[in-house]
Amino acid sequence: MAKTHVTMKVNGAEVEGLVEPRTLLVHFIRENLQLTGTHIGCETTHCGACTVDLDGMSVKSCTIFAVQAEGASITTIEGVANADGTLSALQEGFRMMHGLQCGFCTPGMILRAQRLLQENPSPTEAEIRMGISGNICRCTGYQNIVKAIQYAAAKINGVQYQEAAE
Amino acid sequence: MIPGSFSYHRPASVADAIKLLSSLGDEARPLAGGHSLIPMMKLRLASPDHLVDLHGIAALKGIHRDGDRVSIGAMTTQHELLASDEIARSLPILHETALLIADPQVRYMGTIGGNVANGDPGNDMPALMMTLGASYRLEGPNGAREVVASEFYQGAYFTALEPGEILTSISIPVPAAGHGYAYEKLKRKIGDYATAAAAVVLTMSGGKVASCAIGLTNVHETPLLATEAARLVVGTSLDPATLKQAAAAAVAIMAPAADARGPVEYRKHVGGIMVTRALTRAAALTK
Ligand SMILES: Cc1cc2nc3c(=O)[nH]c(=O)nc-3n(C[C@H](O)[C@H](O)[C@H](O)COP(=O)(O)OP(=O)(O)OC[C@H]3O[C@@H](n4cnc5c(N)ncnc54)[C@H](O)[C@@H]3O)c2cc1C
Ligand code: FES
Ligand code: FES
Repeated sequence: MAKTHVTMKVNGAEVEGLVEPRTLLVHFIRENLQLTGTHIGCETTHCGACTVDLDGMSVKSCTIFAVQAEGASITTIEGVANADGTLSALQEGFRMMHGLQCGFCTPGMILRAQRLLQENPSPTEAEIRMGISGNICRCTGYQNIVKAIQYAAAKINGVQYQEAAE
Repeated sequence: MIPGSFSYHRPASVADAIKLLSSLGDEARPLAGGHSLIPMMKLRLASPDHLVDLHGIAALKGIHRDGDRVSIGAMTTQHELLASDEIARSLPILHETALLIADPQVRYMGTIGGNVANGDPGNDMPALMMTLGASYRLEGPNGAREVVASEFYQGAYFTALEPGEILTSISIPVPAAGHGYAYEKLKRKIGDYATAAAAVVLTMSGGKVASCAIGLTNVHETPLLATEAARLVVGTSLDPATLKQAAAAAVAIMAPAADARGPVEYRKHVGGIMVTRALTRAAALTK
């Protein structure tokens, strides 16, 4: 099958490549761009490990063709740290609150949580849980992921994070 | 899991999309959000030779109120439905149902047009569209036509769509002010299709049901309207005996498949419970 030329912006940089139309965006990101922080868990649109931000939407990059992302602006986990290299509020939250164990789900969780906080800067616990309901974690039991997102929300809003009593 | 090879087209207008679909023939499929089609292509349950991506067609997006109807462009996503004040105000049951579909990521991509055109009995929008009395605008090489939702579904993955046709918009009559509504969906977990689900839209007057429509999801190879059950509740105060009769009438038309969601008897049983719950909750919401 003839290859198609695609261009898009990934983590602020213009990138291009030649892909078959059937190439999934996640394979383009991992194999052509060598950005392997975006993980592949289920390949069936269920786990959310492959979540990236695409033109203001959280999408599962295993369920979109690279050709569909022509001209899009994409953020992957490699693009979330602050410009000076320090951790973003969410990265710091995951570190401080032990929001990861094996870390496999973490890139997708962070990209999803980043979009969630942009749409809803002060989510309730229930809104956080619904907001990450497309992301599966097999390790943490989610408690510390929720706390990590609450930590980041507090930091972004400039208030002191207080852990709720259990 | 890599889909089979295909050629990719991205027309900029409905006319160009129709031209492409007609000239490429049977092995060409429209691509909307891709969240039913791409998973099927990965499993090689679908292997179209050509995909005609509808994303470049601006005319297929948007939500408009025209008098007593709301018109929704086929490429409007579930996420956009949830963000719309117009939908929350005039069609709150559509908001409620969209929120029960899949998860946030799927809702950013999945479109209402793809959901109703897909023909999968598991999709939630078709039974709701039948309940609301919606109609679909289909445009093809021989012009445009309107098909009511209740005549669109012919079998699992078989619909009234003819080769070369695309569904361009959905028109929904706004239910009466003060109506009650509920979409009750039993699912095993977030991101699962319904084990059984029921949509109810009703109005009450003087403590009695004045009008009622009931739709059923995933309990038959097509979505269903439970006409007899709806007829039974009109004129009643939804007393326990009537609720029981209505649920039984709805169960009588169910013919679900046995699958991982449970055996036939179980799915019919919980289908009846969804009808009872939806009727009860809808009645409580009437004003
Ligand atoms: C994990 C997961 C969970 C899900 N859970 C649910 C659920 O609980 N309930 C539910 O209802 N859905 C569910 N879905 C399906 C999801 O809502 C899909 O997005 C939807 O069914 C199809 O919409 P789409 O825009 O993605 O269409 P596509 O996948 O692009 O298309 C689906 C089919 O419709 C055809 N088509 C699309 N648009 C048109 C058009 N305008 N005219 C003519 N034909 C067209 C395509 O050719 C294709 O055959 C789930 C999906 C996933 C991945
Ligand atoms: S790998 Fe994409 S959702 Fe699991
Ligand atoms: S930390 Fe292991 S899957 Fe989430």
